[in-house]
Amino acid sequence: MNCESTAFPRLHALGDCAWIVEFGSVIDASTHARVLGLAEALAAARARGLWRDAVEWVPAYTTLTVHFDAAAQADAAMDAADALLALARDAAPRAQPGRRWRLPVCFDADLAPDLEDLARAQGLTSQQVVGLMTGTPFRVYMLGFQPGFPYMGGLPAALERPRRASPRAAVPERSLAVAGRMCAVYPWRSPGGWHLLGRMPLPLFDAAHGDPAWLRPGDELRWQAVDRDRYEALERMAAAGALRREDWLDTGPRTP
Amino acid sequence: MNGVVEFVDAGAGVSIQDLGRSGHRDIGVPLAGAADAVLLACANALLAQAEDLAVLELLLLGPVLRALAAPVRVALAGDFAPRLTRADGSTLAVDAWRSLTLQPGEVLSVGPCRSGIGYLALAGGVDVPPVLGSRSTYARAGLGGIDGRAPRAGDRLACGAGQGAQRQAAGPFVHAAGALRVLPGPQDGHFDAAAWAMFVGSEFRVTREADRMGLRLEGPRLQHRAGLGADIVSEAVVPGAVQVPGSGQPIVLGVDAQTIGGYAKIATVIRADLPRLAHARPGSVLRFEAVTRAQALAARRELVESLREWVRRIGPPRAAGEPDEAALCAGNLISGMIDARPAGPDTSPWD
Repeated sequence: MNCESTAFPRLHALGDCAWIVEFGSVIDASTHARVLGLAEALAAARARGLWRDAVEWVPAYTTLTVHFDAAAQADAAMDAADALLALARDAAPRAQPGRRWRLPVCFDADLAPDLEDLARAQGLTSQQVVGLMTGTPFRVYMLGFQPGFPYMGGLPAALERPRRASPRAAVPERSLAVAGRMCAVYPWRSPGGWHLLGRMPLPLFDAAHGDPAWLRPGDELRWQAVDRDRYEALERMAAAGALRREDWLDTGPRTP
Repeated sequence: MNGVVEFVDAGAGVSIQDLGRSGHRDIGVPLAGAADAVLLACANALLAQAEDLAVLELLLLGPVLRALAAPVRVALAGDFAPRLTRADGSTLAVDAWRSLTLQPGEVLSVGPCRSGIGYLALAGGVDVPPVLGSRSTYARAGLGGIDGRAPRAGDRLACGAGQGAQRQAAGPFVHAAGALRVLPGPQDGHFDAAAWAMFVGSEFRVTREADRMGLRLEGPRLQHRAGLGADIVSEAVVPGAVQVPGSGQPIVLGVDAQTIGGYAKIATVIRADLPRLAHARPGSVLRFEAVTRAQALAARRELVESLREWVRRIGPPRAAGEPDEAALCAGNLISGMIDARPAGPDTSPWD
């Protein structure tokens, strides 16, 4: 355990082709800004022709994992590890705030099968839960689990619930879900154990788009409640490809 | 591209795969790709084509394929006993580990994969549209392959046409046996010495929960250290990572693994042994052995070299009953002179 007591950032081998850089043990925006800062430093170094063996890097809550080209990994790999740790120490936290989104969600009961149960369990009304969900900014920490699946922090403590005791076999695609202090949207139908509080009319992932995932780590978003007519109209427009992503960016003044 | 094959029967566990979809893990897109990338390379090498072209991955029951319109060259890498049905209805047994040409109207019945996993290459590669840089099927999100799904009877695949000299391997490509080699961690610190000794000293059986996403194992319970437990702050995972959830029963992640995971990973299978992992089936017994990073990299070089050596020994087809050694010598002689398109470093994932 003595090696674990050294200060952050720390380096961990993930097999013989990836290194995990860990910046802390607590999920918060400042640790995450260091994760994104290293990602930016790597991108900048790559643009200068360095780090060619680094195939890609994956930001998570407290870590950035750098995947290396298996074929290029040679005895020099340990040097790469040292250089990566040095870069992690020197990289400034990302200062640039992420993009801000205002995204529609419908909280109708048939689209929100757990809304009433969660409200009751927390001693709230459904309307109060919707009020908390739409009145809170969420931060995108990472994308994973499924293509485009955003793990978002910022869920009010009043809505904190552990995952469902038995996961659903099939969560409908575009479901808005919460568990613990996290919020997410399932881009794809899949099994899942989070509480389903609503449904988005828009898909968050489009493989045919040059930038397939709408959201990126560091982005911030607020939910906007829409009624059923609006939800269905948006769903039809999205299916017809008649919506522009940019229209959902929140360009108003930044609130503290 | 004017060859076409039609699925008369789609088989089971069949998917279109190439080397996978790297470069998008930051947005949650799994790698996917051939579970045994060495056998993918073998199947393509039998057709003297780039070793990373898309092929059919065959897990359980191979498909029945009919050539339409033009002759199509195909090659099987894996343990199969295929049959060819001629246009006149006569059938004959054909061999895996060699190329053969399906004339229009001829039908290849691949039959069951008799051990592990195998691959069927088509001349020119399976021509489906690439999605995010790969033709690999990732069914959970409907990416790649044929509309992101398993093939169905009646589906047609475009590929290259034409004849070309037939080629045959000197023998099957055989993976090394023995324990799967791992690097410890990244969360080996979540386990005490006794749990680690149990991990590397015990046999684990693959349960029925086994697919391209991962293998759930059963064996002695790997106890987490008190106070650290099974849960970690979620972070990136890779194929080969050995997650240990609270049950203490490990899960080895496969090529379709999600990009992020929240369980402690006691160890990670080295890249050189991932192709071997692809052959594990429910009931298979796995053992793990710790190696150093230097050993992992050396293992990878050895695997690349063994594939290169196997490819060098591909030669013209042998007559029935002809011993392998004769073909082996001829193969070496001929490949040195007329191998028009050796799989060079620019085409191969293994160099």
